[in-house]
Amino acid sequence: MATTVKGYIYGINGPVVHVKGSSDFGMMQMVKVGEEGLIGEVIGVESDHTIVQVYESTTGLHTNEPVESLGMPMSVTLGPGIIGNIFDGIERPLKDLEQKSGAFLDRGIHTSAIDLQKKWNVSMCCKQGDSVSAGSIIATLPETSLVVHKVMVPAGINGTIEETVPDGAYSAQDTLVKIRTDKGSIVDIGMVQTWPIRTPRTVRERKPISRPLITGQRIIDTLLPIAKGGTAAIPGGFGTGKTMTQHQLAKWCDADIIVYIGCGERGNEMTQVLEDFSKLVDPKSGRPLMDRTVLIANTSNMPVAAREASIYTGITLAEYYRDMGYHVAIMADSTSRWAEALREISGRLEEMPAEEGFPAYLSSRLSGFYERAGYVENLNGTEGSVTIIGAVSPQGGDFSEPVTQNTKRFVRCFWALDRQLAYSRHYPAINWLTSYSEYIDDLYTWYEENVDENFLKYRAEIVSILQEESQLMEIVKLIGSDVLHDEQKLVLDIAKIIRLGFLQQNAYHKSDTYVPLTKQFKMMELVLYLRKKAKEVISKQIPISQLRETNIFEDTIKLKYDIGNDELEKFEEYKHKIDRLCAQIIQNQQ
Amino acid sequence: MALEYLGLREISGPLVILDGIENPSYEEVVTIQLNGKMRTGKIIEISGKSVVVQVFENTSEMSLTNTKTTLTGKPMMLPLSKEILGRTFNGSGRPIDGLGEIFPEKKADINGKPINPVSREYPRDFIQTGISSIDCLTTLIRGQKLPIFSGNGLPQDNLAVQIVRQAQLAGESDTQFAVVFAAMGVKNDVADFFRRSFEESGVLDRVVMFLNLSNDPVAERIITPRAALTAAEYLAYEHNMHILVILTDMTAYAEALREISSSKGEIPSRKGFPGYLYSDLASLFERAGMIHSSTGSVTQIPILSMPNDDITHPIPDLTGYITEGQIVLDRALSQKGVYPPVSVLPSLSRLMKDGIGEGYTREDHPDLANQLFASYAKVQDVRSLASVIGEDELSPLDRLYLEFGRKFETLFLNQGKNENRPIGTTLSLGWSLLSMLPREELDRIDSEILDKYYKPQNEAV
Repeated sequence: MATTVKGYIYGINGPVVHVKGSSDFGMMQMVKVGEEGLIGEVIGVESDHTIVQVYESTTGLHTNEPVESLGMPMSVTLGPGIIGNIFDGIERPLKDLEQKSGAFLDRGIHTSAIDLQKKWNVSMCCKQGDSVSAGSIIATLPETSLVVHKVMVPAGINGTIEETVPDGAYSAQDTLVKIRTDKGSIVDIGMVQTWPIRTPRTVRERKPISRPLITGQRIIDTLLPIAKGGTAAIPGGFGTGKTMTQHQLAKWCDADIIVYIGCGERGNEMTQVLEDFSKLVDPKSGRPLMDRTVLIANTSNMPVAAREASIYTGITLAEYYRDMGYHVAIMADSTSRWAEALREISGRLEEMPAEEGFPAYLSSRLSGFYERAGYVENLNGTEGSVTIIGAVSPQGGDFSEPVTQNTKRFVRCFWALDRQLAYSRHYPAINWLTSYSEYIDDLYTWYEENVDENFLKYRAEIVSILQEESQLMEIVKLIGSDVLHDEQKLVLDIAKIIRLGFLQQNAYHKSDTYVPLTKQFKMMELVLYLRKKAKEVISKQIPISQLRETNIFEDTIKLKYDIGNDELEKFEEYKHKIDRLCAQIIQNQQ
Repeated sequence: MALEYLGLREISGPLVILDGIENPSYEEVVTIQLNGKMRTGKIIEISGKSVVVQVFENTSEMSLTNTKTTLTGKPMMLPLSKEILGRTFNGSGRPIDGLGEIFPEKKADINGKPINPVSREYPRDFIQTGISSIDCLTTLIRGQKLPIFSGNGLPQDNLAVQIVRQAQLAGESDTQFAVVFAAMGVKNDVADFFRRSFEESGVLDRVVMFLNLSNDPVAERIITPRAALTAAEYLAYEHNMHILVILTDMTAYAEALREISSSKGEIPSRKGFPGYLYSDLASLFERAGMIHSSTGSVTQIPILSMPNDDITHPIPDLTGYITEGQIVLDRALSQKGVYPPVSVLPSLSRLMKDGIGEGYTREDHPDLANQLFASYAKVQDVRSLASVIGEDELSPLDRLYLEFGRKFETLFLNQGKNENRPIGTTLSLGWSLLSMLPREELDRIDSEILDKYYKPQNEAV
């Protein structure tokens, strides 16, 4: 191990501390600052002093207080007990902090990220003489009712198993196996390992993207799908529903594990996630959603430097579970706050700013983060994925600002939230014209094989109707809708059904909050069927007003509530109803 | 211990730089003696033995030689006891009402400490303000931070006072309710208006006032909201009271922050505001809420004036990202004579969804509110169409919408400055407006609720 390096505090400016007294501090090393041992990280080394960012409040810190290096880079502890827990930006469990310091967060509290006393029911899955390498699974244990934790050999260890313990109850401190390494030494392996947060965990290879992350949200699954292992950004001004969309995805998407990072956002939102997810039940397993969720909460009033770290802490936890063969989705709300933390630290270091005061390395940091997503084959041969969904909070709702623009370069799904839609309470307020998903081509086969071969054909028709509507609306805005032909009016009516009956989705309605793909497909099919039938009526020179009088359009909009998620046969009945209505209108005419 | 340092190295606006300081600590308070008078300041940057001090009062008459500086070794503390109720303090927490010093039960660091998200209680209790636009469409919840975005010349102060007066009536018992009022850079008249209004409504002995008026020192303005929130937290969490905090005007606060930042030579971000404006505002607004270990609550109503009525200006913009919604006032509505001129479409209450509906207000409230928003949004479309092709060319349905819009503004939004509408009245009023529209247009409402409440025959509003 590296010997500890000691120095003393020379200067303080917000979270940035200048240290003198030793030139042996290494970049990115974790340090303890001051008498209270506040956690910090070396972010710069100059000829006569070292620059440290401190992850806790520096108020009251004196000059000449000691600074000590911990001999390793900024790392997190990985082991069982992470799922279902809530941590701060540097992986301190907030429930432990509450016990130690009450409702208000004190600083300088040291606590272990995972409970070292708790006994887990371990089943061994290796035996003496097995040859193992980094990533090999040596034991499993039930971490929560939804997640089986797989104990893996830490990085850098290859060898044969010398000794194992029998199945039974063990704590995180116990040794499970002894490994004789290739170099001949004996290493004790337990459940816990550490990993530096700024280094991506090693994988065997990246796999092409081929499966969607199903969210149950119609506009996403149907129009703008995201793939497992993909990246998406949700930009939107305040009040457009970024957080709400993230919550919906965290609740319903079909990932095995959710890492929810509240980065510089509201405290009450984290409380809400904690409360809701403990009560809400996963539709597939009937267990609380919290049993598959990890929360990282660094609210806007918690120290800025820890906000910068929280994103990396979150993705490292995600990669750890991916290595076990799980599909993990990360919700980062909001990456703009993280970028602002970078800007603030950069400003304190008096670095030369690029756009709007953001440091020039903003885009490389963003790409470094988003590139940690992917669908991979792990070292132990399992497949897993990390999907990143990052919220972006552009200043003034203006998408041309640096964080949105740089993010756009590194994500392949762009769900732009629209203020006008939010004002009329159309949620999710994702603008279907300015948003895009590049995953359609990758997912083509999956949709054809697993939903219906017509799925993408119908999707294309829906998109073209919406396009046509936006062009017609230009005319309507200028001269009103009376001048349009009936065919054009029909486009407007059908588009309205798509907007209100399909794209708009009520998160508070018990069946509308999550809609399976099969129902989404049936809904599309029905809307297009209605259009086909209505066209037939109009082609007989019957005015569209006759169709409108039957209220068929309004009724179709309400179908999303009237037909339950498991009553798909009703769609056929409804088609007959359309047939009858149209036939009647035509008959009356003759 | 009490070393005195003579003289300064440099003076720059509200900042002074001292050399040769032994063992300074970050953000500690220093006292500066000048011609027998005492001023205070805070260390905001340390580099070896030289420190930068921000002086809370002004630096006039200071020279490089005529000061004596002492370090106190502590961050800024506010003396607290229950006696602060009914008292008036200056912007840095010293009594200015001539009633003498406070005998402190405790002293608390004005910077406060972040609430552990795990210890928070999620706010759900509806506060009835008696104002239809707020109660029905942007419901205020106990423990929420809901700012009023205003512009110069709009009646934001009247609205705040009306909320204080009427919210109090709906609260539990009077003894549990108090107001903390912080004025930052407001005009003397405005502070006086608030004081008079509190007096008239008989709550003055339950109000704690912190006043930093527009001619008071700028650096002190940074302390004012922190002192006020420290007092609010003390009353709420240690004496289990329900505290309504009014912070006005946050624009003046942010400008003070900018002034100090620029004299420190920091790199500015948008419109010259410092890059940490978001974090700084958050450290204030996040001090609202409720915690498990106490029955009290801190509800914040910050008031800010949007420079040039621009909601995308950094101050309202960053505020909106932190607070749990916003009440936006609109000049055009105000000129039409509508009071309060709440522009409902950009207004929002994020906590509303969990504090309304069955068991809180009434089962139909969520759907009704949604429908009113959607229909009023449609009114805006029709109005812009009418301004192009003229009202006569509109379809009958569109004309109905125009009529709905007019009635919505004059009957629903508009109300008297002393009119206190119970929530039941407000909701019924909403239904009678919706009854003007044909049932097919009401696409946001569940069919069952429509059957129960939608009565198209009652067209007379």
